[in-house]
Amino acid sequence: MPKKALAKVKVVEWAQFVSGPYCSKLLADLGAEVIKIEKPGTGDESRRRGPFPNDIPHPEKSGLFFYLNTNKRGITLNMENPAGRKIFKELIQEADILIEDHQPKVTEKHGLDYQNLIRLNPRLIVTSITPFGQTGPLKDLKAYHLNTYHSAGLGYLTPQSKPGTSRQPLAAGGYFGEYGCGLIGAVATLGALHAQRINGRGQQVDISKQEALLSLCMVQASRYPNEGVVQNRFHSQGEYGDIYQCKDGHIVEMTNEENQWQAFVELMGNPEWAIDERYKKPAFRKEHYKELNRNIAGWMMEHTKDEIYHEAQKLGFAVAPVMNAEDIVNSEQSKAREFFSEADHAEMGRIKFPSAPYKLSASPWAMERSAPLLGQHNEEIYCKRLGFSLQELEDMKSNGIM
Amino acid sequence: MDNGALSGIRIADFSWAWAGSYATELLGFMGAEVIKIESMQRPDHTRLRAFTTGQVFESLDQSYVFNHINLNKLSIRLNLSKDKGIELAKRLVSISDVTAQNMRPGVMDRLGLGYEALKQVKEDIIYLSSSARGSIGPEKGYIGYAPNFGAFGGISSITGYTDGPPNYMRGEMDLISAITGTFAVIAAIHHRMDTGEGQHIDLSSSESISALMGEVFIDYTMNEKIQVRKGNKDEVMAPHNCYRCKGNDKWISIAISTEEEWNSFCKTIGSPAWTHDKKFSTGKDRLQNQEELDGLVEEWTINYSPREVMEILQKAGVAAIPSFDSEELYKSSHLNERQCWEEIEHPVTGKHTVYAPPWKLSDTPAKITRSAPLFGEHTHQIYQELLGLSEEEIERLEEEKVIY
Repeated sequence: MPKKALAKVKVVEWAQFVSGPYCSKLLADLGAEVIKIEKPGTGDESRRRGPFPNDIPHPEKSGLFFYLNTNKRGITLNMENPAGRKIFKELIQEADILIEDHQPKVTEKHGLDYQNLIRLNPRLIVTSITPFGQTGPLKDLKAYHLNTYHSAGLGYLTPQSKPGTSRQPLAAGGYFGEYGCGLIGAVATLGALHAQRINGRGQQVDISKQEALLSLCMVQASRYPNEGVVQNRFHSQGEYGDIYQCKDGHIVEMTNEENQWQAFVELMGNPEWAIDERYKKPAFRKEHYKELNRNIAGWMMEHTKDEIYHEAQKLGFAVAPVMNAEDIVNSEQSKAREFFSEADHAEMGRIKFPSAPYKLSASPWAMERSAPLLGQHNEEIYCKRLGFSLQELEDMKSNGIM
Repeated sequence: MDNGALSGIRIADFSWAWAGSYATELLGFMGAEVIKIESMQRPDHTRLRAFTTGQVFESLDQSYVFNHINLNKLSIRLNLSKDKGIELAKRLVSISDVTAQNMRPGVMDRLGLGYEALKQVKEDIIYLSSSARGSIGPEKGYIGYAPNFGAFGGISSITGYTDGPPNYMRGEMDLISAITGTFAVIAAIHHRMDTGEGQHIDLSSSESISALMGEVFIDYTMNEKIQVRKGNKDEVMAPHNCYRCKGNDKWISIAISTEEEWNSFCKTIGSPAWTHDKKFSTGKDRLQNQEELDGLVEEWTINYSPREVMEILQKAGVAAIPSFDSEELYKSSHLNERQCWEEIEHPVTGKHTVYAPPWKLSDTPAKITRSAPLFGEHTHQIYQELLGLSEEEIERLEEEKVIY
């Protein structure tokens, strides 16, 4: 059996919704043992978000929770209760990594901030993923996923639209930004783990969602200090590519290189307007963008996504059909790469979901366990790992500790 | 003393453009030594032009794009279209831990620099291949740039106004692909620490985007539902949008989740009559009538600046954050206290501001240690010090356009 890249790594997750859980899912998928802590009774916030089978909400049937929590073990623990926090500290002493997402004022209040935790376990890496990070005047502000996306300047650039900026800025669809923060947190956590394996020391990994998302538009944002330009949603693209409506959907066309533009002209059947000498110059195409765009748009409307896509790629220029979930799940490319995987879940039955965004040849991704039901691994962790008796477990349940 | 989290790791970096270069820049922020292999025969296009704005740069050293996504790196000139160039590339790989490349799948193999070939040179090499559609499958040779990745990955189709076209995604697509690559490389470094084995990483930029939309795909496979564009709308929260404020193109994002937040919001804005309207009494009602609700909320926000709305509502426990523009982000006291912007000196362009590494590591801080390299800046240094070439040999190779 192939080895897992993080086979010996122990992670405790005290986080919910998307960012923190996605961060630790990325580690769990590489073979780390992740113990996820959920609030007794209600559990992770993502359990109350869809998709649910037939759209009927049920805390054990959330597709979102499933996707974000595969390969983890789940326990319930009341962190509002001092006895709960005592157990938490025991778990921490065994761990390499804690992933948490609480407001700094909350971890401080509970004595579970980095300074306290590192005293309990000097090897511990504490990855905190919060809207504004652990320091600074905004650190305890409240922000949901909509707010974090807009806090970073990414919203102000979205959508890219030609008519201008009369309408409101948007966040990307789904929970894209929150996932991104989890991914960025996971990179830093793996880096910190590398240092820990060499020097034996843990450290704090402070992830501000604002900063993580701002890094995704840093090139655009730094134009302000360097050029005095505030980029906005107005989209001036033209000479190098654009998005067009075609017969049966939308096409993104990019002709960044001259030979790509020439290939495009060839694909369009060398129409008269396009073989005009002047159109060979990108500067001219930029200047006469409106006319160019009308001509291209006219041609696009006569063809289907698939015709344009495959023919263009054969000629060597970058065309992509705008694909939705159905297109992607059913595409030959996804199938050949086995990008979607299937697994059974105790309450939902068979689920088909994206596997991993990488193919590692020696330590491949594998689905080892389905997402945990609420408190599914209480007995395993509390009794077998921490040495509580079944009776004590019952007492903790009735005392509201778990 | 260098104490980066990845100190001691060396990268032979054949990558270019945004999606390749940023992956190795992140490794460099953590202390890895990144040697970027460049050539006049095929310069990194970000040294020449900025596709996002159409700007063309006067020399290879003046691009603000290149100079932002290649910090901390060393640059050597090496022409991969010459046999001797391939030999030198292999020698460089033989003393490296990681190789990264994002050429069209098949190109590195044809050059004799594919994973199997480089494994012969360095058995435990970690080899990142990143491409638009991945290095296997019927579309493996297809190419793409950031907006294509957004289209392939699915995010374009769900980003935009309800009545608008799919969104033309930008550089953030490249950077997500790059960050995913960085993640996989460090994972492979951990695997090598345990087993001594290297490996090949096949990264599809399209999949790196799709992975961040898991629930969107499950909605389809579970319910045959194809999610569409819905502006800023949320599945359960309302109000949940950006509202116009005082000023030109100024906006506040407000998201209300609980009854407590809703009641506090109503009280804070002075409980106007509409807040008692039955249409808005439960969360479900507010979700159902949110367009009307949005208009009413905006009648209030329009009287204030985004900053004022944030302060008023945050005090009341309501999540309100401005949709910041780059000027506000650059001047932000919060980001400045956290040292998120750095001014650095570049030998050609002079002082310029860059964005600091996106994570704060307390014990092994991620750092900007040098400005982006001039084209081929470290050619002589690296051939002499790392590969032991003499000055005469280097000159001869330059004449032969191997070092070019």
